Amino acid sequence: MYNEMTTFRVSRRDVLSYGSAGLLAAAGVGLFGAAAKADKKTTMDALAKVTSGRTAKSGRITLELPHIAENGNTVPLTVEVDSPMTDADHVKTVHIFAEENPLPEVASFHFSPANGIAKASTRMRLAKTQNVIAVAEMSDGSIFQASTEVKVTIGGCGG
Amino acid sequence: MAKVKARVKVPKSVKKGEIFEVKSLISHKMESGQRKGKDGKKIPRQIINKFVCAYNGKDVFSSDWRGAVSANPYMAFHLKAVDSGSLDFTWTDDSGDVFKKSAKIKVT
Repeated sequence: MYNEMTTFRVSRRDVLSYGSAGLLAAAGVGLFGAAAKADKKTTMDALAKVTSGRTAKSGRITLELPHIAENGNTVPLTVEVDSPMTDADHVKTVHIFAEENPLPEVASFHFSPANGIAKASTRMRLAKTQNVIAVAEMSDGSIFQASTEVKVTIGGCGG
Repeated sequence: MAKVKARVKVPKSVKKGEIFEVKSLISHKMESGQRKGKDGKKIPRQIINKFVCAYNGKDVFSSDWRGAVSANPYMAFHLKAVDSGSLDFTWTDDSGDVFKKSAKIKVT
């Protein structure tokens, strides 16, 4: 009896340590499987790689996304960063992250002064309701960040 | 893979100094690497990972794409009209295939 309890405890702890995705996979209903869990930590790691120690300021970024996305397979996204776009002062790169996707990195847009304005649109996949984060790197090395929540009715990462 | 069809939309003519929008679309299934096939194994990632636009030979906009970019990727951005010439678009996918499309632009 005691042994059984121990075995149970260990496996339960294992499952818990894998987080909710592990639980789902153990139950055989994992949407993405155990290896591809949605994880805020990976998002933070990905963000840290971009900011590399610099503190992100808020403002200057306009992130246009639907409040409710019925189909997570194609969610339209427009990002605009307020900048004069001159050789001395322009937006270099805008990174897009989806916090709860199995892989949080979505895309990076590399601008140049030739763009006139720093505005780009694309369509992205969202696994579930979550925050979409935009991080803009300026030519002077400063970083701006903005995020907006999108409610997703049908997830878009396949199953 | 099915034939890849790329489309770009730029205005026929623009005034010098004007900022105009460039739209692009390419047919590509953008297999994310997250989906599972009938055998339960993951379908390997096969996406376009790089998009570049050159204006008269100079790279003016590029984008790195990951698995979360939708199938048949759409990309729109802006350019400032400087000189008449060509806009050359290049898409590169995971297997190294390169797709190209060009458009003419007249600056008045």
